This record gives sequence, structure tokens and C-alpha cells, in this order.
Amino acid sequence: MNLNFIEFEQPIAELEAKIEELRLVGDDNEINIQDEITRLESKSRTLTESIFSNLKPWQIAQIARHPQRPYMFEYIEQLFDDFQELHGDRAFADDHAIVGGVARFQGKSVMLIGHQKGRDTKEKIYRNFGMPRPEGYRKALRLMQTAERFKMPVLTFIDTPGAYPGIGAEERGQSEAIARNLLVMAGLRVPIISTVVGEGGSGGALAIGVADRVMMLEYSTYSVISPEGCASILWKSAEKASLAAEAMGITSSRLKELELIDTIVPEPLGGAHRDMQTMARNLRNALSETLEALQELSIDKLLEDRYQRLMSYGDFTS
Amino acid sequence: MSWFEKLMPSRIRTEGVSKRAVPEGLWAKCPGCSAILYRAEMERNLDVCPKCNHHNRIGARRRLEIFLDPDTGVEIAENLGPSDPLKFKDTKKYKDRIIQAQKQTGEKDALVVMKGELKGMDLVAAAFEFSFMGGSMGSVVGERFVQGANVCLEHNIPYVCFAASGGARMQESLFSLMQMAKTSAALGKLAKRGIPYISVLTDPTTGGVSASFAMLGDANVAEPHALIGFAGPRVIEQTVRETLPDGFQRSEFLLEHGTVDMIVDRREMRETLANLLSILTHKARP
Repeated sequence: MNLNFIEFEQPIAELEAKIEELRLVGDDNEINIQDEITRLESKSRTLTESIFSNLKPWQIAQIARHPQRPYMFEYIEQLFDDFQELHGDRAFADDHAIVGGVARFQGKSVMLIGHQKGRDTKEKIYRNFGMPRPEGYRKALRLMQTAERFKMPVLTFIDTPGAYPGIGAEERGQSEAIARNLLVMAGLRVPIISTVVGEGGSGGALAIGVADRVMMLEYSTYSVISPEGCASILWKSAEKASLAAEAMGITSSRLKELELIDTIVPEPLGGAHRDMQTMARNLRNALSETLEALQELSIDKLLEDRYQRLMSYGDFTS
Repeated sequence: MSWFEKLMPSRIRTEGVSKRAVPEGLWAKCPGCSAILYRAEMERNLDVCPKCNHHNRIGARRRLEIFLDPDTGVEIAENLGPSDPLKFKDTKKYKDRIIQAQKQTGEKDALVVMKGELKGMDLVAAAFEFSFMGGSMGSVVGERFVQGANVCLEHNIPYVCFAASGGARMQESLFSLMQMAKTSAALGKLAKRGIPYISVLTDPTTGGVSASFAMLGDANVAEPHALIGFAGPRVIEQTVRETLPDGFQRSEFLLEHGTVDMIVDRREMRETLANLLSILTHKARP
């Protein structure tokens, strides 16, 4: 089994392996088997298209958590210039699960804030699997207020399983840290755009996700609790995660239908990690367009719209 | 059920027969010290155990009744009821769970909001009904909370909220998550206008409610020994794989760590909040 492919992608992985083999044979023997390679490549593309045109929510959740999925730093590198990371919450520590700093986006100053996961085991632990502690949210808060002071739009990138449930996190007020961000973001006097690039895990995601526009990459997810968590509570078994993923409606297409998000940023065939260049271009275009639209509004109009949009969330009978 | 009862064929099992000889409801056992108490006396004592001071959980209407001046409460947004935007179904339909909870509690949803008076001061008070699906926050809770805040803005009067909730309501998925942002944004308006908001955290307050309006009080007040936290203790134990310190996530722990301003006995609640609110609003002590 190829670990760079998830379970439902294994047929694609097998084809790709075959293509790779043929290429090696071709190099060795100088026989022209290009035709066969081309045929298999097109077959692989068709297969990928057919698998990806019909993904179940649980499969999308797996792509959102794909070990090769691009993280915050890769987007910073691809989309922004002159990034200067800013560390620490000025009170307790620097949380490595949230990264922030100033940069230029198409020549203009912006503040970037986002979750960062780790690639290998060591880095995963260093980044605490992208699960922030209160100091992470307080760093984010400090940076947002800095952005407000210097009139820089805030761009946030969401990719977390959730806020960290630990002893220290509770002692230092995880709840308060999240709540404070929600309140401050609702009234922050600069444009905010939030993009879910991977997992949008509950309050831990929302704490940097109150925005004028909420975007989601096509194969990212956003939910009130992880499918596993929901399944273990409501179905009494984490194995029913696929059912929970279905029931909760965690995908970009479903959430757009429900008008809970604004924009879906299309991903390249097979997911963001298969073609970072295309992914970066799509995201750059979406950010650029959205930012331009927001900057046409006066700040008071922007805040009024943001408030009305927050108040519109909800579905009830009266 | 014990192993022996499980062994018994169902036809010889006698179910539902209470062993209690006394009429039901006359006596109550304190969950804190297991003392057997006369229920009428408990009620007179605002459901606080006279022996061990354990604060029993109480419902939303009872909470508002003992907090507000008699016969001053007028309910806000009482007509709102839950809908089922996702047609959510787990082992049971969400719709059926709602109906069951409504029957059980007599409430339409988990939050009751009233405009009323506290020692003659106008204010709005909200209280959670924990027995309605664990006091979980869905769209109705969020909307009622906001409508309560709007009444405060309209009349320039303080807001008090008694929280008791397990967190966001999973069956409303992202709608319920967004209530965290919605309610917190409304409190931002109050703060800007200089209208006091006091959050009273009661047993238990966790998850999305704790991580939004319940922690945003100009003063955060806790009832004694209430469980308050972001993640539930079981989740934390499973994550960190060590036993949690004694008294972890209890009011006294939160006071020690600077999360709440004070712990107030339920019987002192009216007096304390009236004093606090009158000072914050530059009024004479009522």
C-alpha cells in the first residue's frame, strides 16, 4: 500500500506505480513504450476524475487530513512575499500550533494568522498536531490588534482538529481565550478573510474564523465536532464516523448550500497536494478578488455587514 | 442492570416497581453528602443542601423565579422553536429528540430569557435549562440570547446570564458552532455601549457555551463547586493519559487560576449581583 494515497485512492496508486515501472523499463531498454505510458496516464486521470467526482463526506474528511496536504507555511511561501513571523502572546509562551506574522500580498501589507500542523513525528509534536493552547489564541488576538492599529487586512488559514484539551490549557483559560477572540474579531476595524484549508475543527477553528468572508478549499471540512467525536457520543462508537460526517454536513459544497460559507476555492484534480502550483493560483485569485471587494467598502459599512451576517446565522421556527 | 438480572428471563423480571415505601418526591437525597432531606426544606433553601452546602442543579424557570423580584419577569422570544435544517439523524431522529425533550421539560428549547427586575432595577436575565438536551446551544439558544441582548441595548439595562450547558448542539452542526460567534458579537455591542453583562457559571458549563458568552462577563461569577471548562474531564483524561488533579475544573480551581472573579452562594446571588450592578451603573445600593 502506498502511504501517499489514502484507502479509496489505492486503485489510482496502483496505476501510478505501473506507469512508474514502465518509465524505468523505458529508460533501461530504450524501447519506445511512450504510447503505453500515455494510455495509462490518461486512464489514471479518468479514474481519478471518476473517484473524485463522487466523494463521500468521510472521504473528503480524509483528504482534508491527508498527510501530504499543504499547510500554512506552504501557502505563505507560495502566496506571500517578505513574510516576517511574529512570536508569542506576551504573557506566557509562543504556541507553535498557530503561526502569525506580517507579509505582502500582491504588494500590499497584510497580517497572516493560521494553524500549522507538522509533517514528520518530531514536527507534529512540536506543532502539537495543530491544536492550539490559550497562548496560541492570545497570540492571534495580539496580532489582530496589531493589524487593526496599522490598518492591515487579516487573512486567517484554518487547519486544526480543535483546540487542545489539556490540563495546562484549562488552567490558563482555553474557553476565555477562544471567547475573547470571537468578540474582538466581530468588531475588528479591518477586513478579515478566513479560509479553511484543511480541517475546521470546532471552536478551535472558529477562534480565528470570525470574518467578513469565509472561504473553504474544495476538499476541506468544517464542523462543530470531529466526525469521530460526534460518532462516539451519538452512535456510541467512533467507527461510525462516516455516518456522522454524512449527517453533520461538513463539506464545502453542503455548507455553501446552507449559506454558512461564502466561497469554495476549487482544488486541482486529486486534491491540493497533487498540484501545489494550481492550488496556490486558485487561492491567490480567490483571496485577491475577495480582498478587493472588501476594500471598496467603508470600514463602518464593513463592520455593519459583518455584524448582520453573524446575526443571520441560525435556523429556527418562530 | 446487574449480571444476575440480565440472566433472568424477561418474563419473570418485574420492572418499574419502586422499592420506595414513602410517597415519591417528599424526600430527596443530596447528591453531595447523601443526606436524606425534606424536599420542602430544600426548596426553601433554594435547592442548596443545608448540611453540606451542595448546590443542586435547578431548571431555567426556577432559576429566574428565585433571581428576579416576584412577578416581574416577562419572557423574551418565547415563540422561537428549534428546526431541523440538516434533517439530522443518528440512532434517533433529531426531530424526535426535540419532541421528547420538549415533553420532558415543558420548554421549547434550552434557554429562557426574561426582562424583569432585581431589587427594583430593570434588567434582562437568561437561564439555561440543562435538562433540555444537556443545555446544548443550537440556533434557538443563540437567537434568544441575542434578542435578550437587544432588549438590553434598547432600554440601556444590564444583562445577566446563568449558564448550564454541555456545549454546542451537534445535531445542528455548523449552525450551532456559529451561535458562539453570534452571541459573542452581540456582547461586543453591549460592551461598546457600556452596558454591564454578568455571566454566572453554574454546574456544569463546558464546550461552546463556556468558550463564548459564558466567559465574557464584565464579571464572571461561579456557583460553588460547579464544573466549568472547555473540554470535558473525560476527554482531557483520554488525551493526556494522566489522572486529573483534585478539584480540577471546579469553581474554586477557576478562581485560583484567575478565570472567575468570585464564587457566590446561590442564597447570596441576588444581593451580590444587585450590589455589583448598581456600582457598575453608578446607582445607589438598592
